[in-house]
Amino acid sequence: MKKSVAYLGVFLALAMILSYVEAILPFAIGIPGVKLGLANLVTVLMLYLIGWREALCVSVLRIVLTGILFGNLVSICYGLAGGLLSFVLMFILIRINRFHVVTVSICGGIIHNMGQLIVAGFLVSSYYVIYYMPVLLIAGFVTGALIGIVAKEVGGRLCIHISKANYPK
Amino acid sequence: MNRRFGKNDILLLGMLAVVILVFYVGMTSALQSGDSIIITVNGSEYGRYSLTENKEIPIKIDGKVTNIVTIENGTAYMLEADCPDQLCMHQNAISKDKESIICLPNRVVVTVESEQKNTLDDVAG
Repeated sequence: MKKSVAYLGVFLALAMILSYVEAILPFAIGIPGVKLGLANLVTVLMLYLIGWREALCVSVLRIVLTGILFGNLVSICYGLAGGLLSFVLMFILIRINRFHVVTVSICGGIIHNMGQLIVAGFLVSSYYVIYYMPVLLIAGFVTGALIGIVAKEVGGRLCIHISKANYPK
Repeated sequence: MNRRFGKNDILLLGMLAVVILVFYVGMTSALQSGDSIIITVNGSEYGRYSLTENKEIPIKIDGKVTNIVTIENGTAYMLEADCPDQLCMHQNAISKDKESIICLPNRVVVTVESEQKNTLDDVAG
């Protein structure tokens, strides 16, 4: 138990660092509301390499903690809506075990943005935000693909060191 | 993790791509140009302004000006906002029916409306 707490702490720290790195990257795509979602890399990798409980735990904590540190309550709402939806979908797709990492990640990216837009619709009580949906869906597709490719490459190298087998229980 | 990219993936991604494309084309072609903007704050209407005359509209919430919307040459954009993220200020100018600029921190929504009835409403009505 002690060991796994330390282990998860390292992952949480990594996820938060990635959120931070993304926030300070001097690279804006120019479309409001669209970002790379680097921290989701950790979620994808943990889903594959360790397990869904740990992945869920780190993912939720990361969203809440980065929200408190760099954002506000609204950004936590967004993060949770997108994060949980994409987590559930990716978990199901991985369980089905018929799809490539990139496909799983793309689906996660798309539903992540859909979730956020739905929350935005509720927050501003206007369903016109749906007109922004196509842009966000395409963005989700692209960022999901990028994260998927990185996850595939990193995961292939990391799985020697991190796996369910040598994960301390 | 080591699963190869196969038929399943191509099928699923292809379907997704087609759905998104259809959605995108449908949405953009459904837009007709509008002639006025409606500003709502926290879900309730704040004001209606014609797009034909150039003007600046300060939006006051609780006696404090939080956002300034500018109408220029038939388009509207957010000139100023006091929110920390300033995302709304970076959004493109809007002019087409149902296009909107949203400032989430202040719950301000600017939406374009057109006087002519929407064709969808005609069918439904």
